[in-house]
Amino acid sequence: MERIYLDNNATTIVDPKVKDAMEPFFSQMYGNPNSLHNFGIEIRPYMRIALDRLYAGINAKESDDIVINSCATEGNNTVIKGVYYEVIRNTGKNGIVTTQVEHPCVINSCKFLETLGVKVIYLPVNSEGIVDADILREHIHPDRTALVSIMWANNETGLVFPIHELATLCREKGILFHTDAVQAIGKVEVDVQDVPVDFLTFSAHKFHGPKGVGSLFMREGVNIPPLLHGGEQMGGKRAGTVNTAGLIGMGYAMELAIQHLKYENTEVRRLRDKLEDAILSIRDVLVIGRRELRTPNTILAAFKGVEGEALIWDLNQRGIATSTGSACASESLEPNPTFVAMHISSELAHTGIRLSLSRFTTEEEVDLTILAIRNTVERLRSISMKNRSARSGDTQRLERKSKGNM
Amino acid sequence: MAKSDLIGGALWEQYSSKVNERMSNPSYMGDITEEEAKKLGGKLIVADYGAEVCGDAIRLYWIVDPKTDKILASRYKTFGCGTAIASSDVMAEMCVGRTVDEALKITNLDVERALRDDENKSAIPPQKMHCSVMAYDVIKKAASLYKGVDVTSLEEEDIVCECARVPLRTIKEVIRLNDLKTVEEITNFTKAGAFCKSCVQPGGHEKRRYYLVDILNEVRQEMENEKVAKGLETKDFSLMNLIQKHKSVEQVLNEKVRPSLLKEGGNLEVVDMKEQDGMQ
Repeated sequence: MERIYLDNNATTIVDPKVKDAMEPFFSQMYGNPNSLHNFGIEIRPYMRIALDRLYAGINAKESDDIVINSCATEGNNTVIKGVYYEVIRNTGKNGIVTTQVEHPCVINSCKFLETLGVKVIYLPVNSEGIVDADILREHIHPDRTALVSIMWANNETGLVFPIHELATLCREKGILFHTDAVQAIGKVEVDVQDVPVDFLTFSAHKFHGPKGVGSLFMREGVNIPPLLHGGEQMGGKRAGTVNTAGLIGMGYAMELAIQHLKYENTEVRRLRDKLEDAILSIRDVLVIGRRELRTPNTILAAFKGVEGEALIWDLNQRGIATSTGSACASESLEPNPTFVAMHISSELAHTGIRLSLSRFTTEEEVDLTILAIRNTVERLRSISMKNRSARSGDTQRLERKSKGNM
Repeated sequence: MAKSDLIGGALWEQYSSKVNERMSNPSYMGDITEEEAKKLGGKLIVADYGAEVCGDAIRLYWIVDPKTDKILASRYKTFGCGTAIASSDVMAEMCVGRTVDEALKITNLDVERALRDDENKSAIPPQKMHCSVMAYDVIKKAASLYKGVDVTSLEEEDIVCECARVPLRTIKEVIRLNDLKTVEEITNFTKAGAFCKSCVQPGGHEKRRYYLVDILNEVRQEMENEKVAKGLETKDFSLMNLIQKHKSVEQVLNEKVRPSLLKEGGNLEVVDMKEQDGMQ
């Protein structure tokens, strides 16, 4: 069966070009880049090229650091725990401000610091699903806040947060600002000279690079201790032999992501919009978040009367991979925290499914998906009792809110 | 933690092929109309049940022969995950041909067992057991409608863990008989708390009337009190522990000494007790 992959916010296909570029670094140029001999020497120019591509990709200065690590989870842990050791333990600042919709690696790192006495504020999102500058302004204070950590774009909704405004606000108050840019790279322009962030993290596998490698950008002059202690790799900022093949793959994946940024915002967006329009033509459907505020590849849709896990199970039977925030699909049976934070009613919190495209998604795949969704929603609604208009021909629709409380 | 826990996300791989089959091709799904009921000469029962926290809901349709109480036809509609659909489908099938009282004996455990491929292997992963409970609750609702009685009158006893259907009485018994000291031990003995974990302590997936932590505390306290009381009964002061000795001294003071002191406007208080040889 042909398979269709629409779960690109979870991970992406490694671009075959990226894979080819990595190939020589497994069995030919396998030296340790820290070695003095030729096996080490021959690796370093390639590492430099990869770093150049990463620096160019986010427009970092030569004097800034981009520390290569294993993933954004590691980078986020490094920042949050590093700020604890460097700032919170040494100054009177005892507060971290983050949001209720961050990735678990940020939320759970903060929860861990709470056990050590750190005061953490988890900001809610507004009715549009966005963390706005007004609420941040109310909760930060130069004497108390050691760090603000807010994601660039949300993984569930695709909503892009006003990072420029948020980071500028923190810069003005002299507060360190971190952003998890995992869902932003390759989808929106990320320029660290334009946006005054102090820390920025991402993973290669979200933009067609390999899994197990990521980056932590640290602006010049910002100092935190390493999370992993050991050798002198990465200038002592992250010990452990560098994943050379991974770094080379990530560098090339970044260059390709930047090259395709326009394509992502025209072609991928067009396909996403086509899929979204088709979904909205089904009755009693809600798509979360205004289209123009989202990354160009993401749709979070709720089909009234259709439980999320049942829907993605059905789509999977038809060869289509999607994901759900439905409580029934989680270990704990608890609804997705992003849904809860967005005040989405409990019924809708059980009906949300996420479709995320990539530059590898084809028009044919989108057309097949549209058909499959129509059929599967119809099938599941015929089973569902929460389908008040199925038989009566009632055409009343849920208001398709472009914003507001869901 | 163990090797098997290192790779997560195995939810769907744990569904039996019968669960998969029922999800793809549910055969008892649908509704029943008054006309159909008339045609079969039975009474139409339509029962709704919803698990609020889950957002899951089910509507069960029965045609019941009023002379024999036999369920002639059974269908359902459900809003729920795949496991809920599969459970509902098997449940509806199991109702057909039984009397209402017989149907009342069907539990979520029977439904889960019917979905197994291998009788020794669970049909669904532990946390999804919760999704099958709805199938049991709606039968009770339908039966109460048919009998015209309140649904609570059909509750045989207080159920602490709905997933594993463990009643309060059983839990209290195993704690006493086996001198259990932890909730994990209760779970190992009874399976209560092994599935959705709502009944372990407050703050879980669903609000419950009873929690294992409270029951354990309560029974342990009872057992402790009984021990003390037993100690008092022995009247052999030298065999008592310090608390029992203290209590028995207090008891003697209360019965023999304090009343006369109070009469004179006085009182006394035991400040401390020290054990010395020969104290009796």
